[in-house]
Order: sequence, then C-alpha cells, then structure tokens
Amino acid sequence: MIELVHEPIDLNRVLTAVANTGAGAIVTFIGTTREKNEGRQVIRLEYEAYEPMALTELERIAREAQQRWPICTIAVVHRLGEVPLGEASVVIAVSAAHRADAFAACRYVIDELKKSVPIWKKEFFEGGEVWIGTQDGERLPPSWLSIPEG
Amino acid sequence: MRVRVLYFAAARERAGTSEEWLDWEGDLTVEELWREVVQKHPSLGSLTSCMSFAVNREYAPKTQLLRDGDEVAFIPPVSGGSSTEERAV
Repeated sequence: MIELVHEPIDLNRVLTAVANTGAGAIVTFIGTTREKNEGRQVIRLEYEAYEPMALTELERIAREAQQRWPICTIAVVHRLGEVPLGEASVVIAVSAAHRADAFAACRYVIDELKKSVPIWKKEFFEGGEVWIGTQDGERLPPSWLSIPEG
Repeated sequence: MRVRVLYFAAARERAGTSEEWLDWEGDLTVEELWREVVQKHPSLGSLTSCMSFAVNREYAPKTQLLRDGDEVAFIPPVSGGSSTEERAV
C-alpha cells in the first residue's frame, strides 16, 4: 500500500495492509504535526505533492527496503492538504519475521522519504508563513542537481 | 519544441502559476530552460541554488537535453523535517 490521501489517515487500514502470518513484528512510524518549530508557534501546516512522481519515488524506496532487509510488507500513506496540529501527516508500517529488520526498514523508509520524495510542507505561524526547506540556501541538494547562481 | 513546465510549493507561488507550456527552437537543456523561466519569472532567481529538477517524473541532471513533449518539474527542497541526529551534526 503506497498512497497519498487528502483526509485523515486510517491507522487500522495501514496496519491491516501489512498484516502477515509470516511476520513476528510490525513496526510503525507516525509523523505528526508539531505546534512548535524553531521557536515559532505553528498555527497550521499544509502539504503539497507532485503526486505521480511522489508515488513513483515512494515505490522505489519501498522496493529498495525490500531488497535490503528480509521483510514481508511495507505500507506508506502520506496525507496532503491541511493537516491540523497533532495529527498524522505520514504513516509507515513494516512487517517482518524479526523486529530488528522491521525497525531498520521502517527507519530507512522515513529517512529516504524525507530526502527525495517531492512533498512540500508549508508552515503557517504567528506572524508569517514559510515553505520548510526553501529558506534560500538553507538546505542544498547534491551538487549535480544544482545550478550555480547567475 | 514544446515542453510542459510544472512548478511546486515556493516555486509555484513565485511563478504565479502551477504549470505552463514553453516553446523553443533548437536544443535545450534543463539548465537552459531554468534560465529561461527565471527571465520570465525573476522572483524564482533566488531559488536557483537549492533547486532540483525532474524530467518525466524522474530526477534529472541539469545537463539533460529536453525532447519535445517532455514534462519538466522544478523541485524546491522537499519537506524534510530534520531528525534530531541531523540537527546535532
């Protein structure tokens, strides 16, 4: 299950998707929207995606995790649009015969998701708004992807 | 040659549009296309150093030559959100 949704994420659906009688463990990661960021009081968060490419990238990451660890099933669901504070913006579930593999694969999927999946987060805070990561020059991609200024 | 250009997040807001078609005569690389759109939408210029590119839904190097009908996306830094480990570095 690799999905982008525009409504609250149904945790039971995600868990059901990875349930497997060969599994001895299911590890989940739930990313939730935080009310404080770098000292700012966050009012709300909005997520935007390049949806077809985001799905392709998520499928690639899930495939890579499957190749690296002996796991049964991976599910990734990311919510888009406005996400109220304290709610889940992303849920990842991994089932595996052994918990060490499930933990490692789950960690891998969320870390890779944050690096390359074209999903953006806009933070609305008291006194302004900002696209996270786009503060000019704050985070640089690999040099082969970037263009010198000018 | 005609390419479809997609803008997202900060790039979308600065360009004032989420997509447009651009016509071009002769060869054109991703980097040359970016320079064209910065001329057209100057407020995109300050994003240059942090921009990544995708052609037909795959990350592409700036030197990639475009073909007629390609879908080019300008990708600002993705939403990230650093883990505590990354913060500590």
